[in-house]
Amino acid sequence: MNKSLYQFANNLVDSAKDLAPIVLVVAFFQIVVLQQPIPNIDNIIIGTGSVLIGLTLFMHGLKLGLFPIGEVLAFSFVKKGSIAWLLIFSFALGFGATIAEPDLIVMANEAAKVAQFGGIITSDTQLTQYAQTLRYTVAIAVGLSVVIGVIKILKGWAIQYLIIGGYVLVMISTLLAPDFIIGIAYDAGGVTTGPITVPLLTALGVGLSSSIRARNPLIDGFGMIAIASLLPIVAIMIFGIVQ
Amino acid sequence: MTSLIQHFVQTFWAVVPIVVILFVFQVGILKQKIPHLKRIIIGFILVWLGLTFLIIGLEKALFPLGKIMATQLTSSDLVSNPLDWYSYYWVYIFAGCIGFATTIAEPSLLAVAIKANQVSGGFIKIKALRITVAIGVAIGIALGSFRIVTGLPLHYFIIGGYILVLIQTYFSPKSIVALAYDAGGVTTSIVTVPIIAALGLGLSSAIDGRNPLTDGFGLIAFASLFPIMSVLAYVQIIHLSNHDKPNQ
Repeated sequence: MNKSLYQFANNLVDSAKDLAPIVLVVAFFQIVVLQQPIPNIDNIIIGTGSVLIGLTLFMHGLKLGLFPIGEVLAFSFVKKGSIAWLLIFSFALGFGATIAEPDLIVMANEAAKVAQFGGIITSDTQLTQYAQTLRYTVAIAVGLSVVIGVIKILKGWAIQYLIIGGYVLVMISTLLAPDFIIGIAYDAGGVTTGPITVPLLTALGVGLSSSIRARNPLIDGFGMIAIASLLPIVAIMIFGIVQ
Repeated sequence: MTSLIQHFVQTFWAVVPIVVILFVFQVGILKQKIPHLKRIIIGFILVWLGLTFLIIGLEKALFPLGKIMATQLTSSDLVSNPLDWYSYYWVYIFAGCIGFATTIAEPSLLAVAIKANQVSGGFIKIKALRITVAIGVAIGIALGSFRIVTGLPLHYFIIGGYILVLIQTYFSPKSIVALAYDAGGVTTSIVTVPIIAALGLGLSSAIDGRNPLTDGFGLIAFASLFPIMSVLAYVQIIHLSNHDKPNQ
């Protein structure tokens, strides 16, 4: 009990450290440059407290539950030796982790509000649906990225060719996609890789490349996050074209 | 109150897929028991509660804060001529400061930096790499704000950036390329994304002639792309300076 309390306190300090730079920079600009009152300051203080508590509970919960079982599973599927199961598991892991990413939830909600404001969607039911479709599109793309990343490690492909291919796909889809989706699509690439996805994907990548003799875990274990930042861009562009 | 329940429902369905996937694969396919079941269930409940508070807080505090900063920094007290892009210099300075400060404190970046140090046999210094990435993010977000102010098309910058990354890749040591690409993905943390996104949306609605729908997004893309360039440039520079030494 003491040990978990200590861990909890540690997570609280980490969350405060995450928030501190933003609070400091904003406070500096408010006091030195702007010298204006912040509207709704009480709401912002309550909200910041909520972020602090939420982030602490979230990270603590991840370390208690999700990371241990996720990492053990990743290693078990690597050892199992069945490539088909490994690929199915990889897709599921990438998909499931992305659906739970907080950044993506917030961004998708905001993108839906902007789309409503811009007249792309009209009713409130469509609002939720739009946000959800965005998230599922991104999650499928991350799932596929993990599959590609695993095949890359198995075959020993060089990352730069995959990235060049990804860039070409992004460029082509940019030409075809409607204007309103391009910004959201590019941003989706940066949003996908958050606190749940990164540790789980790294565990899978490093576990896999250390179990294959010809692979160097430090070199071949990386690059999965980069692929997972590119395919969602293409997927959202396709969503925009189809819509 | 209804919005609180809505948030709990939304985050519940966000956590369900990963829970189902992990349990099905562990029990159904591997046919193994779940170790420390009680602890893991508590963990998932904490994830659910934490996610709910986190999202409520982000939407209540950090998003509005980003928008307020955008409105105040573009007010007529600070911007002497709204038609000149350089009158918005406080916007660029704020964007750069937020980018630098949040990145330098980012824990997942520290993890990547330590690994880069190992891969390169100590050539890449941990602190130097973190500063390099933070400068990349700062320049990226400042340039992204410039793009919103001027209304130039986003894809010119992103595709231009891709081409530059490809040229840099060609001249970089291959062992470090994957790490440099990954560095772009880890820069934007949970608390950074909302405030940067809100800054972009706020700027695009505060400045005449801009539209949040077409101009508001894109700052996060800048924050993910520019660190790749700055890391590749840094690797390039230390690589070259090592070649110049006669005893190497």
